[in-house]
Amino acid sequence: MSTLKYHESPFSPGQAIVDHTIGAGDGWMHLIKAGQTFRILDIEGTQAADTLFYDAADFSNRYCAQSTIRRQGALYLTTGTHLISSEGDTLLTITADTCGRHDTIGGACATESNQVRYSLDKRWMHACRDTFMLQLIKWGRGASKADITHNINFFMNVPVTPEGGLFFADGVGSAGTYVEMQAERDVVALVSCCPQLNNPCNGWNPTPLRFLIWD
Amino acid sequence: MTLLYEEHLSGGGLWSAVVRRHSVLRLTDLEGGVNAGLMMWNFAQPSDRLNLPDTLKAQHTAKLTRGHILMSDMGRALASIITDTAGWHDPLGGHANAVETLAKYGAKTYQEARNDWHRNARDNFLVEAGKHGLSPRDLHANVNFFSRLDADEEGGLAFHPDHSATGSLVELRAEMDLIVVITTCQHPMDPDPAYAPKPLLLTLLQGGPPAADDFCRTFRRENARSLALTERFLAHPSSDP
Repeated sequence: MSTLKYHESPFSPGQAIVDHTIGAGDGWMHLIKAGQTFRILDIEGTQAADTLFYDAADFSNRYCAQSTIRRQGALYLTTGTHLISSEGDTLLTITADTCGRHDTIGGACATESNQVRYSLDKRWMHACRDTFMLQLIKWGRGASKADITHNINFFMNVPVTPEGGLFFADGVGSAGTYVEMQAERDVVALVSCCPQLNNPCNGWNPTPLRFLIWD
Repeated sequence: MTLLYEEHLSGGGLWSAVVRRHSVLRLTDLEGGVNAGLMMWNFAQPSDRLNLPDTLKAQHTAKLTRGHILMSDMGRALASIITDTAGWHDPLGGHANAVETLAKYGAKTYQEARNDWHRNARDNFLVEAGKHGLSPRDLHANVNFFSRLDADEEGGLAFHPDHSATGSLVELRAEMDLIVVITTCQHPMDPDPAYAPKPLLLTLLQGGPPAADDFCRTFRRENARSLALTERFLAHPSSDP
């Protein structure tokens, strides 16, 4: 069993300067300034939040799953995890977590990986990577597919066995579960409210996510 | 298989090539304990690149060995691991940059040590990928061939000592034309405090297309579908997965 690092936040939603909800299958891209605290809240439970972060001053300095894993010498993310960039900087630090385990090796769903995993005729189904693409294209400023790197899956459990096996467990967030992180520099967050219907990562029922930011 | 060429890559070195479809790239650990960090891109469309999360989840594995296919973010088979005598290659640990390398091994500049200086894997990847017109944004999570990390029940990771023996080898069959970049810096979680990267022998062989009963194609149904997507991309007749 995972050691759950359950840690509640002192912040109250009434004081948040941003309070935004998106439905399943939608995306959200937003600047988080240094020192601000960013919460992702799983409103109804068992909803994956596929998330990327960029250094706002330089998108090539972006969240790096392998560096984050290596820096803490452990696979799963929780309170205290530093989210490390491709250039070795700490972008954000997880400061509160009522879920206790988040994945960063499972990646995002894509229409093409759904073809590989499930069936060649699954390409029509909506997927996180298409949400990432649309958000980056709308963001502009030269953002492109090259900026879609390996993401965090908040509220997802992808256990690795000592023998090197890997499997997708059911989503682990219950209604009202949240994870919170403080930005160590100005960062841009890109979140996809995962629409996956081919596996239980969203409990077979994708539901909305709520984002809050405090100064 | 016909030998196309052979090349010796020193420890801490950097290498890249365009590896043509159905060529076989053999990596041989000459002294034991080598780490071969590798990235790859679709030569015809480099925005299509190795995606380790997609590779791992499609094959339900957190290690790489014979039978596995390295898949791109477009679901395509890039390369198949057709031979492996080491049994486990690390897809999780990534690579160290200049800051990490300096902190671990101390300074040894080119000015003072000439070609015995301390190179770091990040800069090696940037330089070799740059030779093919690729930028830092095109880089992706790398494989560390010949290295192994052990995960405990809580997700803690530890470097597995003495994993690769002298002479162990792995063979990658290119399933499309590829840009392949390799660096032989030590694994970033190797606890050895000494900068002592090991050499690698690179051998390029002329292979052939995967047969209908190819081990990698039939290893999992996902692998057959990934090869089918590559065949569609290249407009070759698709095999029926």
